[in-house]
Amino acid sequence: MDWVNVTIQGILLGGLYALFAVGLSLVFGVMRIVNLAHGDLGILAAFIALFFVQWLGLGVLWSSLLSIVLMIGIGYVLQRGLLNFTLGTDDTRPILVTFGLSVIIQNALLMGFSADTQGLKAGGITAESIEITDRLAIGWYPLMIFIAAIIIIVALQLFLANTRMGRAFRATSDDRDAAELMGINNRHIYSLAMAIALGVVAIAGILMGIRTTFDPTQGQFNLIFAFEAVIMGGMGSLWGTLAGGMLLGVSQTLGAQAFGSEWALFTGHIVFLAVLAFRPQGFFAKTVTA
Amino acid sequence: MSGTGGLLEPAGRPAMELPKYRVVRSSKMHRYVLIASIIIVLALASVPFWGGQSMSRTLVTFFALLALGQMWNLLGGFAGLISVGQQGYLGIGAYSMWLLGDVLNIHPFICVFLAGILAVIIAFPAAPLLFRLRGGYFAIGTWVFAEVLRIIVANIPATGGGSGKTIISSATLEPDVRIYGTYWIGLVVAVGSILIVFFLLRSRLGIALTAIRDDDLAAQSSGVNVFRAKLWVYLVAAFGCGIVGAVVALNLLRIQPNAAFTVNWSAYAIFIVVIGGFGSIEGPIIGAVIYFAMLQTLSDYGELYMLLLGVLAVIMATKAPRGLWGFVEKKWDLHLFPVRRGLEIESEPKDKAPPGGEEPAGAESPAGSS
Amino acid sequence: MSMLRLQDVNVFYGDFQALFDISFDVNEGDLFAVIGANGAGKSTMLRTIAGAMQPKSGKVLFEGEEINGISAHKRVDMGISLVPEGRRVFPSLTVRENLQVGAFSRRKGDWNVDTVVDLFPLLKPLLKRQAASLSGGEQQALAIGRALMANPRLLLLDEVSLGLAPVVIKAIYEAMVTLPDRGMTVLVVEQDVQHVLTVAGHVACFLEGRISLEGEPSELSPDAITRAYFGM
Repeated sequence: MDWVNVTIQGILLGGLYALFAVGLSLVFGVMRIVNLAHGDLGILAAFIALFFVQWLGLGVLWSSLLSIVLMIGIGYVLQRGLLNFTLGTDDTRPILVTFGLSVIIQNALLMGFSADTQGLKAGGITAESIEITDRLAIGWYPLMIFIAAIIIIVALQLFLANTRMGRAFRATSDDRDAAELMGINNRHIYSLAMAIALGVVAIAGILMGIRTTFDPTQGQFNLIFAFEAVIMGGMGSLWGTLAGGMLLGVSQTLGAQAFGSEWALFTGHIVFLAVLAFRPQGFFAKTVTA
Repeated sequence: MSGTGGLLEPAGRPAMELPKYRVVRSSKMHRYVLIASIIIVLALASVPFWGGQSMSRTLVTFFALLALGQMWNLLGGFAGLISVGQQGYLGIGAYSMWLLGDVLNIHPFICVFLAGILAVIIAFPAAPLLFRLRGGYFAIGTWVFAEVLRIIVANIPATGGGSGKTIISSATLEPDVRIYGTYWIGLVVAVGSILIVFFLLRSRLGIALTAIRDDDLAAQSSGVNVFRAKLWVYLVAAFGCGIVGAVVALNLLRIQPNAAFTVNWSAYAIFIVVIGGFGSIEGPIIGAVIYFAMLQTLSDYGELYMLLLGVLAVIMATKAPRGLWGFVEKKWDLHLFPVRRGLEIESEPKDKAPPGGEEPAGAESPAGSS
Repeated sequence: MSMLRLQDVNVFYGDFQALFDISFDVNEGDLFAVIGANGAGKSTMLRTIAGAMQPKSGKVLFEGEEINGISAHKRVDMGISLVPEGRRVFPSLTVRENLQVGAFSRRKGDWNVDTVVDLFPLLKPLLKRQAASLSGGEQQALAIGRALMANPRLLLLDEVSLGLAPVVIKAIYEAMVTLPDRGMTVLVVEQDVQHVLTVAGHVACFLEGRISLEGEPSELSPDAITRAYFGM
């Protein structure tokens, strides 16, 4: 029964990975930018919340909400003020700029907070679990994260499918020049997309910070997990990203159980490489050719 | 290649003869550059005789950075494959010094070059997998692969695991031999990296790369074997990075997974190339000089130093994508390395003189133009 | 009143000059045709009016106001809509969604999904279909309908008959003719001279970036038009 527990843990962990992945996927979908600082921005959100807790004495909940709002603003400004200028026919510039951004964020955090691991304490909620049978228990907090992932994905899908702005996002993603001819201001749309993406990754970073510890250099791992979830799930599909996240999570937890905890990430990487080898388009890719 | 032409214009206008022309690779300026380069290299080679051990060890770092920059630029600047995972091959190179030297008892100086071959062997199966990804996703993919290598190496007890070990076979060389030998190997590696990139760009592969970088779908339909071109470049870059990793290990005598496989190597490479010059051979040389100088003077500031480099890289990548050398190139139309093709007019045509006689090389052709 | 005026407009693609001192007027309620061979500069002119390109010199005036520096998306708000060359429908969106995106600028007017479908009945059964699966003619109708959703004062049409069956072209032109009566000024660019001259009130012929002929179709002989078209 241990294996069932472990698998369920992995599935729930996948929810967290999906939360990290959604923003990465959205930004790539709308403006074809792979933001190498994505993971670091999630960690930044956790540190901002920590700052509010430690220096302003606010509770974790309020600090988190403030951090998320701040990150949404940062996302808009980042895109409008910097990344919009890297767009063009050459797709190497955004990669280099976001990599530079990643270095800046990590080192700024190291300077501000030292390399120590930190944690956001939210009380006993993180330790409780629901018992399903006498040998099967689900952690309450991981379940909550998973549900949060589902809610956010549903909200995003509804937004994209049913709102004027959501349609504008999809139109810009299909054909940015034609979208401009519809009265859609691309620069604004891109900034909104980045704002949403950073809002979601902030939620992911903070939820993770409450669940486990975090440190300034952790961002690169979150980026890699987000990336693996997106690729395995298939590009263009938010639900696919959730599936990819779950596959990654299960691979990691099963790997830890079978081979020892030092091989957890490795197992995830190997499964990723296998999917890349045998089903490179991912499992739920949505591509439309006109 | 030379030719003449006669053009027949629509009825009524006189025929015009094109001047005799020749496609050339280099001009007089390039001969001077070559002589200057040889002098510089000889001067560098003489350092062990007057510079001492400390200077030699320090300069090895410079050679390593220069070679790293050339290899990264080969991938990113010329082939358009931005990699954030070359540290995987640097690490393999470093650990090869242990595997080949300590375990197989091969002389450390030979291990350095064999390390490159080991890196290629590992790069070979990785390439087809990674090429399924594009752009930023390819970059992260290279990072994942480097992580895989790091985890494997860090979990093999024989390598010393997470805490690493000293490379006995290298450490037990006689100090003068070791330090100065490493120095000359470093110099060979640096010069070699420049030469490899130079000859690669002048070859057919070089032209293929320009086409691929501009538009790889169009290149494919024009008959360029995109996969093979990318593969060659990826393998050469892996080879170079493996050797660089080995040189660094030889210089430090210690290998440790987190240091050998750290993504910081990619950061250094990116800084060097973005600041010095993306997509030119001269660029990474300038970048390595600048970075190395900054390293010597400012590295005490640790995180602030890296942060400022990050800021500089972001500014350069946004505003001046072809780096400092790109600015020089554009302003003075200066190309030190003759990788481009130009037209040299051999003779004036008979009836009407076209503007200008001899055209300087490098004025016309595509390789590496923005 | 002059709806659109171009004054000595020069447009370049890098070093290559595509338009040379183009000047002409389009009056309110006109159905103005621009004809010319491939590469004559017609599309370039439309894209300049729509704001997708900027002239190196010269002015573009819309309803009397100079709009040179104004970006493309703002021009839609002002009442200029372009149906671009090659249709450019949004492939992953449904027909209805394409039309809804056309209304993004939220300009007031008569055009909505229902009235557009009245104009192009062929779209009615296709509303829920993905635009990528439509035929060329259906996509063209959709592209025009989408532009109408912005309730423009000036509608720009770029080679709408290209690659379409005669039956479809006929349907499109029948719809096009009704537009000036509904208060819209139409500027249509075509390579196919035959159809457009039957509906246009005014025509200009482009040749290698310059206007080679201008006038009302009824006053211009087929011979004159042919010569202006081919530059003979």
